[in-house]
Amino acid sequence: MTSLSPQDQAVEIQEHHEESHPDHRMFGLATFLVADAMTFAGFFAAYLTFKAVNPLLPGAVYELELPLPTLNTILLLVSSATFHRAGVNLRRSDMQRCRRWLLLTAVLGLAFLVSQMVEYFTLPFGLTDNLYASTFYALTGFHGLHVTLGALMILIVWWQCRTPEGRVTADNHFPLEAAELYWHFVDGIWVVLFVILYLI
Amino acid sequence: MTLTLPQQSKPPSLQPTGWLRYLSFSVDHKVIGLQYLVCGFAFYLIGGALAGAIRTELTSPVADFMPRDVYNQVLTLHGTVMIFLWIVPVVNGAFGNYLIPFYVGARDMAFPRLNAVAFWLIPPAGLLLITSYFITGAAQSGWTAYPPLSLTTPATGQIIWILSVLLLGGSSIFGGINFIATILKLRRPGLKLMQLPMYCWAMLGTSILVVLSTPVLAGTLILLSFDIVAHTGFFNPGMGGNVVVYQHLFWFYSHPAVYIMVLPAFGLVSEILPIHCRKPLFGYTTMVYSIMAIVVLGLVVWAHHMFTSGTPPWMRLFFTIATAFIAVPTGIKFFNWIATLWGGKISLNSAILFSCGFIVNFVLGGITGVALAQVPFDVHVHDTYFVVAHFHYIVYGGSVFVIFASVYHWFPKVTGRMLDENLGRFHFLLTFIGFNLCFAPQHWLGLNGMPRRVAEYDPQFAFVNQISSVGALLMALSTLPFLWNVIASARSGEIAGDNPWRALTPEWLTTSPPPVENWKGEPPLVTHPYGYGIPADQIDLKDASGSDLWSNGR
Repeated sequence: MTSLSPQDQAVEIQEHHEESHPDHRMFGLATFLVADAMTFAGFFAAYLTFKAVNPLLPGAVYELELPLPTLNTILLLVSSATFHRAGVNLRRSDMQRCRRWLLLTAVLGLAFLVSQMVEYFTLPFGLTDNLYASTFYALTGFHGLHVTLGALMILIVWWQCRTPEGRVTADNHFPLEAAELYWHFVDGIWVVLFVILYLI
Repeated sequence: MTLTLPQQSKPPSLQPTGWLRYLSFSVDHKVIGLQYLVCGFAFYLIGGALAGAIRTELTSPVADFMPRDVYNQVLTLHGTVMIFLWIVPVVNGAFGNYLIPFYVGARDMAFPRLNAVAFWLIPPAGLLLITSYFITGAAQSGWTAYPPLSLTTPATGQIIWILSVLLLGGSSIFGGINFIATILKLRRPGLKLMQLPMYCWAMLGTSILVVLSTPVLAGTLILLSFDIVAHTGFFNPGMGGNVVVYQHLFWFYSHPAVYIMVLPAFGLVSEILPIHCRKPLFGYTTMVYSIMAIVVLGLVVWAHHMFTSGTPPWMRLFFTIATAFIAVPTGIKFFNWIATLWGGKISLNSAILFSCGFIVNFVLGGITGVALAQVPFDVHVHDTYFVVAHFHYIVYGGSVFVIFASVYHWFPKVTGRMLDENLGRFHFLLTFIGFNLCFAPQHWLGLNGMPRRVAEYDPQFAFVNQISSVGALLMALSTLPFLWNVIASARSGEIAGDNPWRALTPEWLTTSPPPVENWKGEPPLVTHPYGYGIPADQIDLKDASGSDLWSNGR
């Protein structure tokens, strides 16, 4: 151990206190996700209220098919599992496998987005057709924005852990763990969204 | 094992020094706090000028000072500027950033860069909002932007308004995340939650409200912008939409927003009173629980703003009762402040005058608040000047009085110099008389049916409106001694010493102004922030570095 006097240690801490901070970034991200969840909660509340008190105007069409969104749900749930595998491998310092799982997660996320676009183009209603349709697109679109950002994050993390000198290494987990928490959050929101929009 | 640190020369600081750092992307919480304060005060002057225009228009029953659509724009800008650019950033951002790291014994906020981002979202948002008046015409639908009004007034100004409020909401959320992380995670080892100064609790409660409710407003405004730009029909009854849903979502944020404006003021007053009457804060524990009760209840009372929007009876009943319940924790706080003052050695300086002014005004505003929560009464005075009077008693008589009290109290800490007390008392007298002259008559106007938000009114109300406008003039004039006092005292005020109030809270246990990173040595462990009048052997009056807290006192 070093033989610094308490005063010297205090000076050390003061001069290098950037390093002495505990890392609260995950806590900050979790707080942000609470805020993000409240945005969705507002949208869900609006949708459910519209459904409860605002009948569709005559002639309006609002019908959803189940198969494609069910596939989407499976894609996202599997991608959560693959991301988890990437994190496990990172903590084992197996960067090779970590990268592979990350890439698979990103591919699943992009597949979700493609599938969502296919659904958009095959639905019998557009954004401004009626109230439910508008709310449907607002909700799924806002969620799709989250998936897009998440997929970008995954690709960035994947790029950053390509070499031992990259930002994401066996010693620096934060970018990957942050993206992982965010991705699980986006998946969780999708499950709620799936139940509210498609099942009830 | 020997740890050898590489010999490093200190890297050149990227942060400018001197006054330039106040215009820079500084990550120092004290610089950011002052940035918030000065920026907020600049917007207060703008918002005050807009209020002056409103009161000038209302001295006569006809729209002769400005056209009606300009009046609507001025009214909208006044409300938005005062709420989102003055009170919310100052009671949260300015004092929170300056004080919270001291109070938890930290050298900065948990996320200093996020903190700077949160501040630097504000000036562009404010400029966007105000310049919209000159370029396309500002929004005309009031700070509430109720559809269908906000859908039928000119779209460009409304969209700019939405964009501006979204930026400010983002700033507010980033700030809230930072405060929660700082208070919960950055406490000095050994410091317990129940030993924190009350302002920390107020900011924790406020930040919880910010994080839970602001995103709902953001989502709502995004839907509203869809209605305006993409012609969806969320809030457009002509397209099958529902305007009441907008009101629910809007007030889910905007009622807690009242607490976002006033809870930090509660906290600041709880810091100021004990120091200037040399007594411990009365009922610390009940204060903490009442703050948290207000946070919980504050989230479930929003529909009391909507009693005339066709709310069903069960909803009216629930929200009336929930709102009445808020009077309980608020009353506890009120009586605690009175009990803190009771029998204290009160120095009647500007800080305590403004604090007592706050208590008086806030009780009046609180009483009318309870009255407004009662459906039969609310239906009668809804959308009249009674409501205007009520919320100005809360946000001006409450929050703004506390902001002034806080400036008088913490000015020596920030600058190392005292403000002139005589000018300060004069400022208080002008503000207190002007404020009550301006807003007390508006209760009468509202009870007699004068609607708010219109440039023209029944001529029978002219005289009372003129009285109100005289009060507004006094309020405007009261800014002058304050500005002069601040500018002159910052340059050549009496040297304050490190701890002119002989205070025990941690921000005073360092030099004034404080050094970068707040303390030269270890942060002090303050377990009794309000230990006034308690025998010294019962509390540890020395900070961790061993220096005597009273050595700098006068």
